[in-house]
Amino acid sequence: MAAVQDGPMELDAEKETKPEILSDGTSNLSGNTASGTLSSSPLTAAPAGGAPKMEDQQTLIAVLQFLKRNKLSESVEILRREAGLGEHQEDSQATDGSGGGKGDGDGGDANSLLSRVFITSAAAPQSMLVKKDQPDVSVVLSAYSQQGDPPLYQVYYSGLKNFIESVLDCHRAELSQLFYPLFVHMYLELVYNNHETKAKAFFDKFSGDQECYYQDDLRILCGLTKKEHLKGNEVLLDFRTSRFVLRISRDSYQLLKRHLQERHNNQIWNIIQEHLYIDIFDGMPRSKSQIDSMSGSLAGEARREVNKAKVFYGLLKEPEIEVPLDDEDDEAENEEGKPKKKKTKKDSLGSKSKKQDPNAPQQNRIPLPELKDSDKLDKIMYMKESTKRIRLGPENLPSICFYTFLNAFQGLTAVDFTDDSSLLAGGFADSTVRVWSVTPKKLRKVKSTAELNVIDKESDDVLERIMDEKTASESKILHGHSGPVYGVSFSPDRNYLLSSSEDGTVRLWSLQTFTCLVGYKGHNYPVWDTQFSPFGYYFVSGGHDRVARLWATDHYQPLRIFAGHLADVTCTQFHPNSNYVATGSTDRTVRLWDVLNGNCVRILTGHKGPIHSLAFSPNGKFLASGSTDGRVLLWDIGHGLMIGELKGHTDTIYALKFSRDGEILASGSMDNTVRLWDSMKAFDEVETDDFTATTGHIHLPDNSQELLLGMYHSKSTPVTHLHFTRRNLLLAAGAYNSQ
Amino acid sequence: SSSQSGMTEREERRFAEVPRESIKLMAESSGVELSEEVAALLAEDVCYRLREATQNSSQFMRHAKRRKLSVEDLNRALRWSNTETICGYGAQDALPFRPLKEGELFFVEDREINLVELALATNIPKGCAETMVRVHVSYLDGKGNLEPQGTVPTAVQSLSEDLLKYYQQITRAILGEDPHLMKVALLDLQSNSKIAALLPYFVYVISGVKSVSHDLDQLNRLLHMVKSLVQNPYLYLGSYVRSLVSSVMYCILEPLAASINPLNDHWTLRDYAALLLSHIFWTHGDLVSGLYHQILLSLQKVLSDPVRPLCSHYGAVVGLHALGWKAVERVLYPHLPAYWANLQAVLDDYSVSNAQVKADGHKVYGAILVAVERLLKMKALSLTLAAEGSGAGLPGTTTGAVGFRENSPGLSPPSEPLSEPPLGIASHLQAGGAGCPWEEWTPVSLPAMYCELYSFFGDSLAVRFSTGPPLGGATPPGPCQPLEGRKEPASSAPNLENTRKMPQLTASMNISPRQDGSPRMEPQPPSLAATETRKTCSVEVPPGPGLGTTDIFPKARFPLPQAGPPAFSFIIGGRQMGRRCQGRRFQTSFTPTPPLTTHPPRAYAHKLPVIGRVSKPVRRWTCSHYSLHLPL
Repeated sequence: MAAVQDGPMELDAEKETKPEILSDGTSNLSGNTASGTLSSSPLTAAPAGGAPKMEDQQTLIAVLQFLKRNKLSESVEILRREAGLGEHQEDSQATDGSGGGKGDGDGGDANSLLSRVFITSAAAPQSMLVKKDQPDVSVVLSAYSQQGDPPLYQVYYSGLKNFIESVLDCHRAELSQLFYPLFVHMYLELVYNNHETKAKAFFDKFSGDQECYYQDDLRILCGLTKKEHLKGNEVLLDFRTSRFVLRISRDSYQLLKRHLQERHNNQIWNIIQEHLYIDIFDGMPRSKSQIDSMSGSLAGEARREVNKAKVFYGLLKEPEIEVPLDDEDDEAENEEGKPKKKKTKKDSLGSKSKKQDPNAPQQNRIPLPELKDSDKLDKIMYMKESTKRIRLGPENLPSICFYTFLNAFQGLTAVDFTDDSSLLAGGFADSTVRVWSVTPKKLRKVKSTAELNVIDKESDDVLERIMDEKTASESKILHGHSGPVYGVSFSPDRNYLLSSSEDGTVRLWSLQTFTCLVGYKGHNYPVWDTQFSPFGYYFVSGGHDRVARLWATDHYQPLRIFAGHLADVTCTQFHPNSNYVATGSTDRTVRLWDVLNGNCVRILTGHKGPIHSLAFSPNGKFLASGSTDGRVLLWDIGHGLMIGELKGHTDTIYALKFSRDGEILASGSMDNTVRLWDSMKAFDEVETDDFTATTGHIHLPDNSQELLLGMYHSKSTPVTHLHFTRRNLLLAAGAYNSQ
Repeated sequence: SSSQSGMTEREERRFAEVPRESIKLMAESSGVELSEEVAALLAEDVCYRLREATQNSSQFMRHAKRRKLSVEDLNRALRWSNTETICGYGAQDALPFRPLKEGELFFVEDREINLVELALATNIPKGCAETMVRVHVSYLDGKGNLEPQGTVPTAVQSLSEDLLKYYQQITRAILGEDPHLMKVALLDLQSNSKIAALLPYFVYVISGVKSVSHDLDQLNRLLHMVKSLVQNPYLYLGSYVRSLVSSVMYCILEPLAASINPLNDHWTLRDYAALLLSHIFWTHGDLVSGLYHQILLSLQKVLSDPVRPLCSHYGAVVGLHALGWKAVERVLYPHLPAYWANLQAVLDDYSVSNAQVKADGHKVYGAILVAVERLLKMKALSLTLAAEGSGAGLPGTTTGAVGFRENSPGLSPPSEPLSEPPLGIASHLQAGGAGCPWEEWTPVSLPAMYCELYSFFGDSLAVRFSTGPPLGGATPPGPCQPLEGRKEPASSAPNLENTRKMPQLTASMNISPRQDGSPRMEPQPPSLAATETRKTCSVEVPPGPGLGTTDIFPKARFPLPQAGPPAFSFIIGGRQMGRRCQGRRFQTSFTPTPPLTTHPPRAYAHKLPVIGRVSKPVRRWTCSHYSLHLPL
């Protein structure tokens, strides 16, 4: 909680009042009824109290008020008697106290912060039982937590450090999780309370102890030395207002609690109470490696309960389309009387399963656009192509075609291929979007309206006639954005192209006329990524404003706003069944959002750097994410757990793609390599029994080297995008970098 | 920008800081006096803001997928925090940062530019090249870089150990002595899915045909290697097709060193190579554009070159035949009149010294005969189908190429192809050459063609269709009515005498008695038989469309009571196929479904006298039933 009062504080008085708050907090955390414990706490606290000073008096008054409101008249009586307070005194002081708080120099600021805290912590129901109806009390109570003595912060912290280092090995790893959030909060509090030099000393003394994956944050932190700096820094404001989540076993937690109670180390306890959320689980304490694999995000790990929601990760039923018997391989294709036959082949991974997958959402859970005739034709093409698909595996690696952008001096920022690999789009830092045809078929515009009026609309080849042959060219340039284009995405039917840009807009382009159709405004800040739904119509965008938005092409306002990330949304991806959207963020978490209701259904932590690429497995069960730390993490969506870690890249991973049947995961990186991973093996080796355990912690095998099937170097060309053709040929794209 | 001047590091060296002196200097330069205290505060804030801007700008760098932070990134960060941007530092090249000797001052060199000079400069900088995309296969089957096309593999050791071993074993087995090993190696080459990386090496080995032209056996083995590679479904031959084709063409066309010795059976090698050529073309022809056209051109060149030995001509003919009847129609047929004179000269020379050449001439003759026979049949068939089909359109265009792709002619027992793939060929030809004679080519009507061909071959041709030489006085057909072309043109009658003089390849025939008791026919001049059937034919066949080949080449040579269509067998001697049979039998049947099963070939076997070098009698017929409907 933000410091509100800067008045003189006395250590002894504070120490004496602390236990009540401590036990109060404990009761909240352990889930007992708050009032019961609270009523007894003043009894233990009061005898220790000497002559109460002004602040203490305010506290007592506040407590009395609280007790009164909760109709605990006996306790009120006892407290009043012991504290020697008169009834009139209590009332006047109470108003004084709250008034004084507001009248303070930083009152306005602090209150706004307080209200923010209130809102965020409201999400944690246990701890809010007490404070809910008592805003004024909470203001006063929280004021105390700020009154730690600055010089003693170092003492507190090193005391805890000594304790944690002395506990048994099995608990040490778990309790060590406390270091980083405590360190940051204590530092920020020092800064907030204008103890600049103390803050600096504190930082210098303890910053070296922090886990190496927090280096980036520490670098930002060390620059912060003034309260004014905090105001503009949203990331740190979020750190203060959101609760850092730790998972600790009950045993370790009890150990910590006992220690803090014995030592009366209230300052630390207050921070734990207010800024941390300790998710206690029963069972074996986790090992260091288990903890390390899950930590690293800006706000700690995800609470287990947020990942409990059911996710329908199964695929939708494929629409039934009459597919002519695929007889290209057979001898006779009689022109007349093609035998119509329904497609009977099924994918082993069930991507085309006719049966309703028990994990699949209802077909109409999200209304999807109806298939046009051209879509059906495309589906037939897709099925035909997929019969010729190469079965990939460790023994049968895909061939790789590299699309090299030459002379891209303006800077290539984003690439996308159409699903049928016929078109290629590039977004550039000079605000342009360029579309190339990668087949001999050239790109043509539709004729002008005047010319269109002339053509015979009844003719069979009217679709051919409307095209203007004069405009045929290999590539087209789309002008319209006023800032670098950071994301491009083709619609599945190849009629549209989306681009998102630094100018805060997402634009929809027609690939018939090669003009801009719509500019979607709403983000107001750079839009880092955009992605079409696999069924078209919907698309998602995410940007610097820390939210992802769901749009429909025919609505100028977003349909959903997915808010929750603590930092920029850097990448977005639709689930294959279009019911969910995954977003990766600079806060080093991946979140999964339900398109139906906008809820966040999964928070996946473990990355140690901003996430720049996401890919769903074709069967919808798994998610892969790549980040600046050069690691790919694999997630089981149904259980919300990390199931694999692929180490090897030495730079940011900008591209991830599963092969069409999901056997191979390809990753492309700034380090100029494409790596192929045995995703089948990675998924198979996970023991699914582990998921059912209440802890939900699994031990990841360190088998990146076994899973790495191949590493392929490009010639000084960072890999910006990867795409598997329908026959499982791997296409990679990037701009040649001559330096 | 000059705020960077005078950087000092504190002992921690965590980051650069702007000292208060710099702030004071800056303030002074804009006419403001700052107290020490204010300057210190400002300095600290400036430091923080600079750091913040840098940190914010790094995300623009990351999203632009760059490693280098640019001025533009910083400007974007400044713009989004409502700060004035820095102008004039957008250049790509590095800015030298210099110290001033006199004081502790650092500055960025800022050269003066003479605008007038710049404006009047003659060396106007060119715009930078256009952004474009180029694609290349980087890694094939996840195995190493592809060698550029046509290069000789320089470093075999760059392959993995296993692949290298495989390569050595396979080449050793194929080119070695053990036939069993060779078979195994070829089979593996045909089905192994992991040898893509070795493809260039194998292609290189195969291109060694030129160095072993004296050794038929080795040539044969190399051709088998080609066949295995071509049939391997996991290999993408790509532009290597060209190289393979040139090796195969070498075997077809070149006067191989081995052919000097007449005892060497290079004819079979040529036949096999031609077979392979057609197979490559049908299965991989789409890989290299214009391939078909190129092949045709080189065949034509050989055929039209009188200096070339007859064995090369033979190769050209079987090559054309293998490429399909359209190729024969377009290249061989128009070329025939010119070629015939030469051939006939050879064949008419009965001198002893000419015996060998004459024997070769007979080979060519036989090959041409087979080719034109199929040409006529397929043309007739295509006409019929065209008539049956849409009723419109060019002959042969309506039926697709479907049958042929998988049906590698001769390599597997084929079913009956309906027609050649005219569309594909046509497009190849269109693409192939501007101004080449292809475009001026006009199809010759079937009767006219038959007529002309008959003038060359006479009854040798006629018996193949069970029609005798045409009689004058029968209904003379219009030259442009293909469907009435079933009547042999009357104009050919005067040629009859000429053709009689021509050496008779199919000098006689035996008609064996039929089981069902049809009259046994003694060997007799075909003309006689034809004369008899002529009448029935012309009466029996109703005019109009909707008729098959049978209408064009009436089968009524024999009395009707026969239960099924007769099967004729012809033997052209001297053309050995394999080791087991020394002759090749051609069967013609005149119903859409070949009655092979119901009517064993013995029914009407025509035994022809052997021409050429066949030392042993023909035996084991049944193991090689080659239908004439196939390309060789």
